[in-house]
Amino acid sequence: MSVELNPNLPDPDGFYDELLQAHTGLSDTESEAYNARLVLIMANHIGERETLTRLLDAAR
Amino acid sequence: MVAVRYQTAFQLYPYEKVPEQTAQMAPVRHPVVIVGGGPVGLALALDLGKKGTPALVLDDHDGAGLGSKAICFAQRTLDIAHRLGASSPMVEKGVVWNVGRVFHGERQLFNFDLLPEEGHRNPAFINLQQPYFERFLVEEIRAAQADGALIEIRGRNQIAGLEQHADYVTLQVDTPDGPYRIEADYLIACDGARSTLREMMGLSFDGRVFEDSFLIADVRMTADFPTERWFWFEPPFKDSGQSALLHKQPDDVWRIDFQLGWDIDRAKEMNEDRIRARVDAMLSSQTGTVPDYELVWTSIYTFQCRRMQSFRHGPVFFAGDSAHQVSPFGARGANSGIQDADNLAWKLDLAVNGLANDVLLDSYATEREYGADENILHSSRATDFMTPKSKISRTFRDAVLHLAAKHSFARPMVNSGRLSMPCAYDGFALFGPDALKGGPAGARPGAPCPDAPDGNNFLLDQLGGGFIVLSIGGEAAPAVSAYSITAAPVHIDTPSDILRKRYLGDQESAVYLIRPDQHVVARWASFDEAAVGTALAKAIGKG
Repeated sequence: MSVELNPNLPDPDGFYDELLQAHTGLSDTESEAYNARLVLIMANHIGERETLTRLLDAAR
Repeated sequence: MVAVRYQTAFQLYPYEKVPEQTAQMAPVRHPVVIVGGGPVGLALALDLGKKGTPALVLDDHDGAGLGSKAICFAQRTLDIAHRLGASSPMVEKGVVWNVGRVFHGERQLFNFDLLPEEGHRNPAFINLQQPYFERFLVEEIRAAQADGALIEIRGRNQIAGLEQHADYVTLQVDTPDGPYRIEADYLIACDGARSTLREMMGLSFDGRVFEDSFLIADVRMTADFPTERWFWFEPPFKDSGQSALLHKQPDDVWRIDFQLGWDIDRAKEMNEDRIRARVDAMLSSQTGTVPDYELVWTSIYTFQCRRMQSFRHGPVFFAGDSAHQVSPFGARGANSGIQDADNLAWKLDLAVNGLANDVLLDSYATEREYGADENILHSSRATDFMTPKSKISRTFRDAVLHLAAKHSFARPMVNSGRLSMPCAYDGFALFGPDALKGGPAGARPGAPCPDAPDGNNFLLDQLGGGFIVLSIGGEAAPAVSAYSITAAPVHIDTPSDILRKRYLGDQESAVYLIRPDQHVVARWASFDEAAVGTALAKAIGKG
């Protein structure tokens, strides 16, 4: 599967807002840990090994 | 005494003594008194006057205030101004830009071209200094007066006192010739963010204060300079703060904003040499040379996002900045105020003619409070993106900027203000059924009617300012009446492709009931007199 790097997310502003709300009240360390958990959950949801390798590269 | 609070750009309604000011005369009762002759008050007065309802505007100055105010007027505002007959000079004078560039530090992240969507009379927005907007409205008011519209604007009439009764208001008005009193069945406070009426009534105005100061510089350049919007996150020019914005207005004037932070020495930052150093750095950043320019206007401002809890208090209504304030990102101040006027005018007109009840008048408040909340949400999001409030929000913001340079998916997340779009009153009480299977979402009940080409003209021209039964394709629908209000028929026999796409979807025909503010009340696949009549009654609060 190719990696989608063109706009693909409905309501990007709403998502961005919700993402930051999820961090409300967390310390810096807790925020980092939350992000790590989120990445792992999203990776599992994507579930395609090769896609994940490409995503890791795209984020560099 | 009428204090002068600011200079005017144009004198539009010089003070003139009126017979009512004669001593010993009992106060004259006016159906509608509007306090404040800014864009909102003027649009409301013009709308009422054209509908045949007298409107008296009181303003403590005698024209449009000078300085940096609203400069971006969105399509919905232009469509409303068109309905009022005032949009042509606005669009002619206004500047349209399509190309924007977004920078982060020294680096250009990306650029975009806002290709205009076809099939609309008006552009998505224009840049135009607010004083011109006010002047064009006043010019149309003068033309309407000549045609017999009962609109009156009294300059240098300042509110000095207010007594609220159950169904009217008494005002004490100061003038250069001393005070007099008037009465109003309905009083509309369009007197801006520092509303005197709001304060006199002791009403609160709560919300979120953003701790930031913005330096505005309007500069005039006759040298060639691109008509583009340039926005910097973390501009590289010395001491230029968190963000900077450059875009063009008419008369060779460019608006520049520098976001300087909260803890600044205002007097020092207003020093001309210091302002010029920043402007020089910005204007030369892409070419290396500083063009000749003249500083036309400079000021420093801070802002807040807040609204009144209720926009209606008995016979007193609040509209525009007096009722709600937003950050300037996304041009939601004047544009939302014009939508307030658009929403209120027809309801007041029915009220003055004895055809409206409290349900209808209250709907102004509930509908526009919702509109204000939506605008505050969008403008708060833009502010939070531009000025991250925590370490993690900065991390994400910088990640978006980093990715936006490489991957287009991140560009819609870059938020330096979202263009003002009118709100759809989804699920509000005065709207009826959506009985058009597969009907386009853009024209659903609650939404403002999208424009579309119709023959050599545009659909919105045909809708005017009353209730309309619009039949598209199929058979022509007749007029429908309820409670002495008639929805006039408009039939479009052969819809253009764009009109079909925006109103029919894959249906062959449709019937729409449309309010005087051109919002869709309800829609059906075919005409059913009882159904349309029920929806019309509901739309005026009698359903």
